[in-house]
Amino acid sequence: MTGNTIDFSTLSGQGRKGGRSVFAAATLAMALSTSTAALAQDAKFDPDASIVIGSLYEPQNLDNTAGAGQGINEAFNGNVYEALFTLTDAGDVAPGLAAEQTISEDGLTYTFKLKPNVTFHSGDPLTAQDVKYSIERVVAPDSKSSRKKSLATISEIQTPDDQTVVVKLSVRSISLPYNLSYVWIVNDAAKDLNAKEDGTGPYRLDEWRRGSSLALTRNDKYWGTAPTNGEVVFQYFTDATALNNALLTGAVDVITSVQSPDSIAQFKDNADFTVTAGQSTTKELLAFNDRVEPFNNVKVRKAIARAIDDKKLLQSIWGEYGTLIGSFVPPTDPWYVDLTAVDAYDVESAKALLKEAGFADGFSFKLDTPNYDPHPIVAQFLQSELAKVGIKVEINIITANEWYTKVYKAHDFQATLQEHVNHRDIVFYGNPDFYWGYNNPAVVDLIKASEAASNTDEQTAKLTEANRIIAEDAASNWLYLYPQIVVSSSAVTGYPVNGLNSQFFAYNIKKSAN
Amino acid sequence: MQKPALRLQVSHPSDERKPAILAYILRRFAILILSLLIAAVVLFVLLRLLPGDPANALLSVGADQQQIEAAREQVGSNLPLHEQFLRFVGSLARFDLGTSFVSGKPVIEEIATRLTVTVPLALLGFVLAVIIAVPLGILSAVKAHRWYGAAISTVSQLGIAIPVFWVGILLVTVFAVNLRLFPSGGYPRRGWQNEGQVLYALALPVLTIGLVMAASLIRYIRSATQDVLGSDYLRTARALGASFPEALIRHGIRNGAVPIVSILGIELATTLLGAVVVERVFALPGLGSMLLLAIEQRDYPNVQGVLFISTLLVLLIGFAADLAQRVIDPRLRERATGAAT
Repeated sequence: MTGNTIDFSTLSGQGRKGGRSVFAAATLAMALSTSTAALAQDAKFDPDASIVIGSLYEPQNLDNTAGAGQGINEAFNGNVYEALFTLTDAGDVAPGLAAEQTISEDGLTYTFKLKPNVTFHSGDPLTAQDVKYSIERVVAPDSKSSRKKSLATISEIQTPDDQTVVVKLSVRSISLPYNLSYVWIVNDAAKDLNAKEDGTGPYRLDEWRRGSSLALTRNDKYWGTAPTNGEVVFQYFTDATALNNALLTGAVDVITSVQSPDSIAQFKDNADFTVTAGQSTTKELLAFNDRVEPFNNVKVRKAIARAIDDKKLLQSIWGEYGTLIGSFVPPTDPWYVDLTAVDAYDVESAKALLKEAGFADGFSFKLDTPNYDPHPIVAQFLQSELAKVGIKVEINIITANEWYTKVYKAHDFQATLQEHVNHRDIVFYGNPDFYWGYNNPAVVDLIKASEAASNTDEQTAKLTEANRIIAEDAASNWLYLYPQIVVSSSAVTGYPVNGLNSQFFAYNIKKSAN
Repeated sequence: MQKPALRLQVSHPSDERKPAILAYILRRFAILILSLLIAAVVLFVLLRLLPGDPANALLSVGADQQQIEAAREQVGSNLPLHEQFLRFVGSLARFDLGTSFVSGKPVIEEIATRLTVTVPLALLGFVLAVIIAVPLGILSAVKAHRWYGAAISTVSQLGIAIPVFWVGILLVTVFAVNLRLFPSGGYPRRGWQNEGQVLYALALPVLTIGLVMAASLIRYIRSATQDVLGSDYLRTARALGASFPEALIRHGIRNGAVPIVSILGIELATTLLGAVVVERVFALPGLGSMLLLAIEQRDYPNVQGVLFISTLLVLLIGFAADLAQRVIDPRLRERATGAAT
């Protein structure tokens, strides 16, 4: 039954965004077939099963405000800690620990009523004080949360009674519920959250063996629907091949995210395994420094977009997987529209545009390329593609640390390659100080106005508009969207397929009884 | 009758030997401490030569200037280099390896946990290699003219040419993926609380290390045995009436063992360090994988800690090997006596 819930949300997610591409249809078909399979297995799943999840993302510590990395979201979001709202696997914002919310007329006061009878793993009851404490933890000066800035509009948090939280904003922020889905609600009496936890989720931390595994065990006092398994063990690997072997030999039940396209073949045509392709939010980008010559010229950027065969690139890296995108917005963002037709692959018109821009003989530029996959391969591909229109690419390999210092901080670059993993991150184009230096006042205004929107429809309309403009401006060159591939033993069903915000809700996973 | 005569040649009055050995140990220990100090300096300098601020490892992409400053303060990278160095050496002297930038936990604690994986792995691999290599090495020297003698030499030569990770991957493919006899990797959650599971998990990694190390050991043992076979004392022993196996076991092994012990020391040290590769192939949470992760994350205290402890272990192994040599070979003790007086 619960397996169906997941599939249903996937379906509704697809429906909302309308008929899009062949890929969407394929995912739909896959979702349907999975749900049939899930139904067949429902009758005999083991309610106390131990699910072993293989992952490459071991958390550095257990606190997402202390720079723990994406691994902690994977293991803890929704499993150990819950938030006032939940970002579902389909990309929707659903109520979490908040039972209801009231928004004042001016949009500056949000009143949340908490779900009753919720307790922390330590046994303490959930109160409004805990919520206040948890939000303040994220916005605190020493917090390293990536969401700190987006919650900066919060001016005051009041707790009129144990079940009510009032959040006051300095300016309207339509994304508040969404942003709150990143805020773990922790017990305000909890100590040493780096190594321990005290959340309200369906699992409690059993044991963390650094460098190896993190075990969660079912919280029998959970306020909501009980998990369909007894225990979840995240087994961590540093080597993708070792991880694949572990799945092949049955040491793990599911791999959260397959990053090496070559390894999928061994699972695909094997009835013992299920390969599911969901949609990630990870975009591979050729980001120009829009401040500098010649990339401050829209025509040059558009010409480059037209000169690159994204489809061929995606195919050579991911084979049949992955999605082509025409802008920065992935299909799981509410403001997605298909913009792949804008500046589609067309070498002749690329040459014409270059000529118009005064670069009939082309030019050369330096491409700062992070030294890890897939960037070096992508850089070589771009080099050969752009050579066809007379543009010479000089590949400069740099480390992630250098990227951060040179490109991200100092803006000292012409063009670079980078993967952007976040959900709903089009807002970066509304910040002229961002590393790529895109500055279109219309977009800045739209993005600002979208946040001050009075309802989500208005927000969506404004961001869709911004989305179209950045595509027309070829603000960056969006090469492709990574696939999110989950491979599991066929005995296991009910896991999330899109892995938004690196989440991996484990509570609906079922393992057949034998 | 002949045997006591031979032994008389090499025995010494024991009261003379003891202070000599003690002086040697002290001198050797001083060298150990000095080497450790030099290693600490090299370590510190090398890590600081890397470009980029280690504080970046602590920051998220949206970090503001204030956060950056706080991070630099936290990791101490805002201090002048000489102050950083003094801090470093000062804490080393107190055996305090600091706390990890990333996890916030004491480095020494994590190293201790990781050593429960790496030390058994390296030692078991080492023992296995010795078990394989000693008989095969001797056999290939004694029976060099037979086909199997030549075969052992050839196979061991081949073994040296094959990289350790390749052997690991091969063993995984055969014994884990195809035959399903052993796990392909991973380490039991509760560690040594369940010895059976640990040994099961370590089986293939130990075999990998054992085989690769045996390949090179066989060659050393073979040539050491060949030296012994051609030696005058062995001929003399035979002439005095000992049978060939008797002469080989009684005189050959002890003589041949002297160079082998120092090789064994080097091999054991190499294995400890080489565990990095094996641990990665088999997803074992040992010292090697800790080092790799720490380097990726620029977790300076962890990198320093692991390298320092590894250096210490290697130096200690060398120390032990030297002492063992002296115990085995009276001629070295002789020289020590001469030097001390």
